[in-house]
Amino acid sequence: MNIFVFVKRVPDTESKIRIAPDGKKIIEEDLNFVLSPFDEYAVEEALQLRATHEGKVTVFSVGTEESLTILKKCLAMGANEAVLLKDDAIETYDGLRTAKIITQALKEKFSDYDLLLFGKQSVGADNAQVPSMVAELLGLPQVNVVTKLEINGANGVAHREIEGALEKASFSLPAVISAQKGLNEPRYETLKGIMMAKRKEIPAVTVQDLGLGEEDLSLNLILMKIESPPPRKAGTIVEGEASETTKKLVNFLREEAKVI
Amino acid sequence: MILVFMEVREGKIKKSSFEVLSEGWRRANELGTEVNAVLAGGNVEGLASSTFQYGASRAYVLEHNLLSKYSSSGFAQALFSLVQEIQPGIILLSATAMGKDLAPRLAAKLGVSMASDCTRTEVHDGTFSVVRPIFAGKALATFTFQSSPQIATLRPNVFPLNEPIEKQGEVIRKEVILTEEQIRARVEEILKEEGAELDVTEAEIVVSGGRGMKSPENFGLLKELTSIIPHSAIGASRAAVDSGWIDHQHQVGQTGKTVSPNVYMAFGISGAIQHMAGMASSKYIVAVNKDPEAPIFKVCDFGIVGDLFQVIPSLKEELKIFQRD
Repeated sequence: MNIFVFVKRVPDTESKIRIAPDGKKIIEEDLNFVLSPFDEYAVEEALQLRATHEGKVTVFSVGTEESLTILKKCLAMGANEAVLLKDDAIETYDGLRTAKIITQALKEKFSDYDLLLFGKQSVGADNAQVPSMVAELLGLPQVNVVTKLEINGANGVAHREIEGALEKASFSLPAVISAQKGLNEPRYETLKGIMMAKRKEIPAVTVQDLGLGEEDLSLNLILMKIESPPPRKAGTIVEGEASETTKKLVNFLREEAKVI
Repeated sequence: MILVFMEVREGKIKKSSFEVLSEGWRRANELGTEVNAVLAGGNVEGLASSTFQYGASRAYVLEHNLLSKYSSSGFAQALFSLVQEIQPGIILLSATAMGKDLAPRLAAKLGVSMASDCTRTEVHDGTFSVVRPIFAGKALATFTFQSSPQIATLRPNVFPLNEPIEKQGEVIRKEVILTEEQIRARVEEILKEEGAELDVTEAEIVVSGGRGMKSPENFGLLKELTSIIPHSAIGASRAAVDSGWIDHQHQVGQTGKTVSPNVYMAFGISGAIQHMAGMASSKYIVAVNKDPEAPIFKVCDFGIVGDLFQVIPSLKEELKIFQRD
């Protein structure tokens, strides 16, 4: 089975986000960038599927050369190959742009796949758009926010999280699956994996190589500004006997929040 | 025209779809246009007229036996045909599990970009714009659209429902042409736990536990609270989920769910930045923690410095007394 996994480099979740003076981007200095947490589940699932079904795992990332570090991490976790889909644009928050780059790469250069795995969303842009868009542009089945995946021959069954329940969906390969926490426990890189990843060449394919021009990638979604959320004001803090403090809390819930 | 997709689950239109319709009505009035609703499914026509009281002028009904169960490709195809025909300028959906799955598929089919999980919509000089949290709410980004239709999903629990109005509307059935082959991934069944609780994203009050809960058994204390507080659900911090104390479906934060309840009650949660990102848009935040220096006290509206194992039983008693009165 030929499995492709799509990953993104993002600031880790402990990061404080500062906004650049132009109000159009975040300040990247001093941020610690990592493999997006939901993508880790996608990589792990690919490795587990390879263990039972044999085949190959190839990891792709759309981004600048800085994304090589997360591709190295995926190789160190055990992926066979990695490819950088080189796009020097700064974060656009436009999922369609990314989906078009991926789709074009798959159509033009990497057409041999059975399964396309993604994280359910990148941590940061928080769009949750690219997997569905790639599925549509390639005419493939999609199951998003998956917590359980089984592949049997040319077919698969996935459990997808919805509000308070799970949807059990069936599909045929090739298909697009996006991973949710709970799907598996991502492994750590091994020392041997890290050494092997170091020696591995990661080819880069630019958006120009893919024949994508400005027109194809022009933005439909225009970022006007980024701002900090309004700060919350600190409220009442009480201390003392629980019987007293909870009376005040119930009073707060009734008088101020008006929820009881 | 603004077109709002009405999500039907278990034979009912979801409340969050009415929230989106209410917002659509407000913006349509500013833009000098109308808002219309669309319902899709196996048998949904009977629900269509309930959209008029929230401002819909027309309710389009897309019925087909292949739509009786949700599929992103089937629903996207049916909506696509309608959109091609009626040409709405703006399409809005609720950012539920279904909306998040469907909207990008529809957008890609129409060849347009979209904005996910918005928490505000605006009209300035006739131009529609949206505000959406990025980095799980650590920043807010404002977007306008270059292409039409402009598609956005709106976060549940954020947009107020309008007061129902007296309004006549028109139900319009549209023929849906779909083949088996167009249903790419099909939902076979919905697996629901016996007595499954309200989802944490849909609750009006979230009762959340963190590292301070100390054990999986102690989450039973929170369950006692949610059993007496209407429309409440249990949340959890990443620390509690990663310790295996409670299922990840309950996790609130940057790698869990983003919630905007009326009241978010945090028990034994210190307030790591990734957690606060997921709940900072709550209307009110209550914190109970024995550490007076816990960062959560800087953002909460009401805080108790104290032992949650004393506070919870006492709170339960107080709530019972209050409910009895």
